[in-house]
Amino acid sequence: MKRHALSTRLWHWINAGALIILFMSGLTISNAHRSLYWGDYGFDPGDAWLNVMRFPGWLTLPARYNLAAARDWHNTAAWVFALGLLIIWVAMLANGHFRRDLATGQRDWRLGAWREALASHRSKGHDHARAPYNALQKIAYCAVFGLMLPLMVATGLAMSPGFEPAAPWLIDALGGRQSARSLHFITTWALVGFAIGHVLLTLISGPLRLIGTMLHGGTREGART
Amino acid sequence: MTSINRRGLLAGLGALGAGACSDLHKNETAQDAFRTAEEWHRAGHRMLAGRERLAPEYAPHERSPDIRGNGSLTVDSPFYREQSASGFPAWRLAVSGLVRTPLSLSLEDIRALPQRTQITRHDCVEGWSAIAEWRGPQLGSVLDAAGLAPEANFIVFRCADELYGRAYYESIDLVDAYHPQTIIAHELNGAPLPEKNGAPLRMRIERHLGYKHAKYLTAIEAVASLDDIGAGKGGFWEDLAGYQWYAGI
Repeated sequence: MKRHALSTRLWHWINAGALIILFMSGLTISNAHRSLYWGDYGFDPGDAWLNVMRFPGWLTLPARYNLAAARDWHNTAAWVFALGLLIIWVAMLANGHFRRDLATGQRDWRLGAWREALASHRSKGHDHARAPYNALQKIAYCAVFGLMLPLMVATGLAMSPGFEPAAPWLIDALGGRQSARSLHFITTWALVGFAIGHVLLTLISGPLRLIGTMLHGGTREGART
Repeated sequence: MTSINRRGLLAGLGALGAGACSDLHKNETAQDAFRTAEEWHRAGHRMLAGRERLAPEYAPHERSPDIRGNGSLTVDSPFYREQSASGFPAWRLAVSGLVRTPLSLSLEDIRALPQRTQITRHDCVEGWSAIAEWRGPQLGSVLDAAGLAPEANFIVFRCADELYGRAYYESIDLVDAYHPQTIIAHELNGAPLPEKNGAPLRMRIERHLGYKHAKYLTAIEAVASLDDIGAGKGGFWEDLAGYQWYAGI
């Protein structure tokens, strides 16, 4: 049995591409009005809870400020990201990946399990490409799949005046359109934080083997194939 | 010499790289993907929200302290100055194109039609929002009074203001034209429309972003196709800078 199912591997790379486009074009959209508010309305930077920096051209898509093009990139990649998220959730539930590998149990929320997780990461003989996920990995992946990624879709939809009449309760639940916009921004940076940790840990723990596993699938611990 | 040349070469390559990345959106494949995605968003919204579902309406105490003026803030013409000073007595709204009975409506005619009052949120494409009360007749009732021809597919809004030397205009399809909250507003928060918000008349198309809500309205034109209007993309910002014709997202 492969460590990573084909669906996981395909989604991982397609989603990574979509997220990079969404992030960079999102920074252009942020540059269009660099203030964040809570509630339904907000237009005066004096009322903002945060006035955001202007993101430089090397970080934005397109590099030269162009809100119309950034919105095209963003609203197109949003389909890839949102449909991909839906499909990977269905696949993870259907093939048992979520229940078997990612879902946390009571044991995973104990301090001891976290200490163990950190210790195993440091130990020399640990096979990162084969071992099951430890408590901290499970918690991180559950937060990403269960909370952050769905919240990006929800807060994104909540900013759309054409979608709002279909589900006004969603915008209310998020605290209003400008709150949804603020949450979209905050969750973006939470995901950037995850992505940095994700890449750093891969680099520390054997980048060639781990990236290879995400390409060809690898083998699962205990499987002798 | 060589170091300068090398530096120049590096700068040139850098600019080329940035330019290539910057202009990737002009690629034909990218444009096709963008327009498909836009069409899916529109179809998705229409499927989920139908033709009639309303944008949220707010209570009077939920209004924002002001509604920011954006884009054109006035019309730069002696006629507008003079009309603005005297309450727009000679302002006319033409209803023309593919209609049985072309109309020319004064502000008095417009105020005499059945009115709709709505406290709604204005969402700018830049990201900000403001909430205000708007009042005016439904566009649908004006179109019915003029008698829309069966060949009409779009409604074009002509405006008195110019930006970058071009006349502002916008357009919507008939679903949005007949949406109950699509009104020709002449009042904002109980007073005549202020100059910065489009006096004397502007559109409210509540399921779209702000740039669709044409200000300083002079004519409503029913057409079969948008190809021959302006540069053919359906609106001022669409023509000038490639903004999306469907502004529900």
